[in-house]
Amino acid sequence: MTSTPPDPGFDPKHFADTLGLFGHAAHLGLRYAGQGADWVELAIAHDPRLVGNTETGVLASGPIIALMDMATSLAVWLRIGRFVPQVTLDMRIDYLRPAAPGRDVIGRGECYRITRQIAFVRGQAHDGDPDDPVAHVTGTFMFTPDPPPARSGGEDGR
Amino acid sequence: MSYDLPPYAAHLGVIVERDEESGGPLVRMPPGPHLLGRPDFLHGGAIAGLLEISAIVALFHALGREERPRVKPINVTIDFMRGGRVRDTFAAGTVTRIGTRVANVEAHAWQEDRARPIAAARMNLLLARDGGL
Repeated sequence: MTSTPPDPGFDPKHFADTLGLFGHAAHLGLRYAGQGADWVELAIAHDPRLVGNTETGVLASGPIIALMDMATSLAVWLRIGRFVPQVTLDMRIDYLRPAAPGRDVIGRGECYRITRQIAFVRGQAHDGDPDDPVAHVTGTFMFTPDPPPARSGGEDGR
Repeated sequence: MSYDLPPYAAHLGVIVERDEESGGPLVRMPPGPHLLGRPDFLHGGAIAGLLEISAIVALFHALGREERPRVKPINVTIDFMRGGRVRDTFAAGTVTRIGTRVANVEAHAWQEDRARPIAAARMNLLLARDGGL
């Protein structure tokens, strides 16, 4: 039996299963769904409380933004190989089609470029078929030099 | 004027109030642990959700009572300017243009000082006035 070398890299599943998905992510029911060399997938289960249109039962767009923000964020850390404090600078989302009512939505985030201060990301959300996405996102994250101060009236967290 | 907010708005816990400055709607999101993204800061997704709700509410306000087309978001771009603290967050939308098929809406979110927004959104929405989109 060969010994497994210690992996110093970032583990999105461990992060998502433990401390990563608290607060709002937990409130939405986000969970780890998969990863590749340069991407991370999170999933959001269909939940009637997250519906944005009661007539159609279609998921609201807010939860999809949160899903893609988290999935692309994890993809940055996966690429760097460790957790680095960062904040979302901007995110654009194109709604390609409504997610099918009752289906889980899977968000795949990818980080395609990292500079000293900025990480560039993109991603797609789908509800079963990755070739038929429901949404497409692009965005940037900015690394924070230090953990932001928690006191009020201080710096603005970046 | 009352608005039919979706279940997601209730899940976030937002409340539509009257904007004393403009006379239009103002959306308030009281803080809670369900909104946190990291310790002491609101999740960007929750702020984005608030911005989108305020944009759509502003659009319905601008359309008035008699006209209620179906509204479908085409895309939204969100800029995050400051970290959101654990306190009341407000958002209000400004309708830039209502066309036959498309509406362009901007929205800003702030906390204690309206002149210091924490985030902004620009949203394009498809309008369906007679069923088809």
